[in-house]
This record gives sequence, C-alpha cells and structure tokens, in this order.
Amino acid sequence: MSGKNMQVFTDPLNKDNPITKQILGICSALAVTVKMDTAVVMALSLTFVVTFSNIIISMIRNLIPPRVRIIVFLTIIASLVILADQILKAYLFNISKQLSVFVGLIITNCIVMGRAEAFASKNGVKASALDGLGNGFGYGIILIIVSAIRELLGSGTMMGLHIIPSSFYSSGYENMGLMLLAPGAFIVLGLLIWAQRTVIGYTED
Amino acid sequence: MDVLSHYLGLATQSIFIQNILLSSFLGMCSFLAISKKVDTSFGLGLAVVFVNGITVPTNWLIQKYLLDPGALAWTGIEGLKHADMSFLTFITFIATIAAMVQLVEMALDKFSPKLYQALGIFLPLIAVNCAILGSSLFMVERSYNFPESIVYGLSAGFGFFLAIITMAAIRYKLRYNNVPGGLRGLGIAMILTGLISMAYMSFSGINL
Repeated sequence: MSGKNMQVFTDPLNKDNPITKQILGICSALAVTVKMDTAVVMALSLTFVVTFSNIIISMIRNLIPPRVRIIVFLTIIASLVILADQILKAYLFNISKQLSVFVGLIITNCIVMGRAEAFASKNGVKASALDGLGNGFGYGIILIIVSAIRELLGSGTMMGLHIIPSSFYSSGYENMGLMLLAPGAFIVLGLLIWAQRTVIGYTED
Repeated sequence: MDVLSHYLGLATQSIFIQNILLSSFLGMCSFLAISKKVDTSFGLGLAVVFVNGITVPTNWLIQKYLLDPGALAWTGIEGLKHADMSFLTFITFIATIAAMVQLVEMALDKFSPKLYQALGIFLPLIAVNCAILGSSLFMVERSYNFPESIVYGLSAGFGFFLAIITMAAIRYKLRYNNVPGGLRGLGIAMILTGLISMAYMSFSGINL
C-alpha cells in the first residue's frame, strides 16, 4: 500500500475521526451505545454501508450528472441499508430488534453521505474503498469506547459478562443508572471528545 | 373530552418526555452545526416542524395503503392481495421526504415568499435530517393511527424546535466564558445537551 493510500485509511481513525473531528454521524453513536453488542453490530453495519457506497459511487462518479447526484447517492445508500437490514433480521434478529429504527437511519447518517460527497465522488475506487473502511472503523472505535464506558458503569457488565464482582455490590456499590439514559450518553461523548482533542492538540475557535 | 386529552397526552409525550433530539438522539448533526446562532436555529426549527407535520401523515398513508403486508388488497388484483412490500419502507420514505421537501419549497416560493425567505437554505438540508426520517420510522414502529400521526409529526418537530432554540440561546451566552481548549465547540456542546436532556427528563412524571 502506498503512503498516500495508507494515510487515507489511518487519518479517520484518530486525527480526522468522523465523530470527534468531522462531527458526522453523532445520532446513532449516542443511541446504540447502551450495550456493547449493539454498538459492535451497528459499527459493522455502518462500515459495510460506507465502504460499498464509496466503492459504487466512485465507480460511477463520472456518469452521475452533478445536478441529481444527491438523489443518486441516496438511492445507492438506501439500497445498501436495506441489504444490511435484511441480513441483520435474518441472522441477528434480537440485536436488530434492539437497534430498531437506527439501522434504517444509516441512510441519513451524515458519515455515509459526507464521504460520498467529499471523497468518493472525486477519487478512484481503491482510495475510496480505503476511505470508507477507515471512516467506518474510526466511527466503530468511538462507538465501542463509549458503549464500554456506559455498559460498565451503567450495568456492571461488558458484552453481557459481569465484570464488577458481586462482593462490590454487597459492600454498597451501585450501578449508575444515569449512564443508561440519554444524558449519560451525551456527557460521556462530550468528555471523550475533550480527551481526544487534548491528545491530538486540536482546538476549535 | 377523552379524545382531546389523548391527543394532548401524545403531544406532551413527544414534545417533552420522548423529545426526538434529547432522548432519541435524532437530528444531532444539524442541531450541533446550526445552533451557534439564534435566528438560524429559529429558521431550521420552523422548517422541521413544517416538513415533519407533512411527511409523517403522508408516509402513514403510503405505509397503510402500499407497503404493509396485504395493504394492496384495495386494488382488487388477485396476485397482489398477499403482497408484502414492507422491505421497501426505507427507500420509499426517503424518496417521499425528498419529494415533499421539493414540493413544499416550490409551494412556499409561489404562495408565501416571506416564509420561503425565512426558511431559506434549510429546506433542502432537511431531506437528509435524520429527525424527519426517524419520526416516520417511529410512527411505523409505534403503530399510530392517522390523526395520531398528524399530532405526532407536528409535536416531534416542535420538540426539535424547542431544543435547538434553547441550545442556541445557551451557546450565545457561552461565548463570553473561558472554556478549556480541547472542550471548546463540540465537547462543551455535548455536555450542555446532556444537561438539557436531564432537565427534560424531569417532565416524565407528567401524565395527561
């Protein structure tokens, strides 16, 4: 892999992360992070959709008339999301019930649309595929960190396994119910963004 | 009287308790990007109420008469009686939303240039706002009937409107505060949203 392609793949993992830096796709990042397994499934579905939409769009990028490109992108993305949704319903029915409307909302997830518009419509197939993978993984990393914190503090488990020993509970430790509710998600993500931006030294003006 | 209080209950429920933005996290992207100024937030909020109030009932009709399992029975064609088109929900809804946004834009331009000016660039942006698609999908999932879907569409939009105005007002004041470097912008906005969402949760005791 050449240096430039490598950078296309690694940048979105940390330095140019879709959630903390590009501010894309935050809705689902908050909603599906109550438990780790839903977060992992969601991250994989989004990676699938963004990678393939990038590949398809970059393949036909010279054939799409610029005036109707948005509707063409939406059609491609919506078809891929239907595919992902049907696969989840067939093989992971319980998780797909828990994700409820959020699989469908990948269509309007700004990461997919944003990468199609900003990258895939201007670059070759290989670079676009790497860009899609990189952004999907960058999104996945944040999802997994947030869901790990929320699940550990909120219900004392990780991927459904009990982490906090029961002796803690008998000596008065209690799960933090707030983490399971909406405000917990906002605050954890806010603090995570703070930490990440301090590490990479980025300041918004 | 009973009917009225049912709709009133549904409206309070979707404006405050299950606020589309603060408890279902929908429409965050535009919420974070636009809420820097009060007047633009007002425009976007208004546009969301408007478009949501139209698209949710429209999508209800489409779901009921075209997509549901067995919904095509009204055509009287034998082969279509048991057709299940519900896998087409996503693509139909997003197409309806895009088309409705376009129609609303043209109608407003013709009949009410003033409102058109006020909503301005926000109408096209709304086609990809997840709050709009999300409320249509929630409408299907919670199986509302037609009048309920009208009330739900309008009040979910109003909930978004309320949240974005609150946020814009707070961020306006925030400009004079010294926020630590890495927390500036997105970070503090998320934490603030968390606090607002906590405040809205205290409405959950209300039962109309």
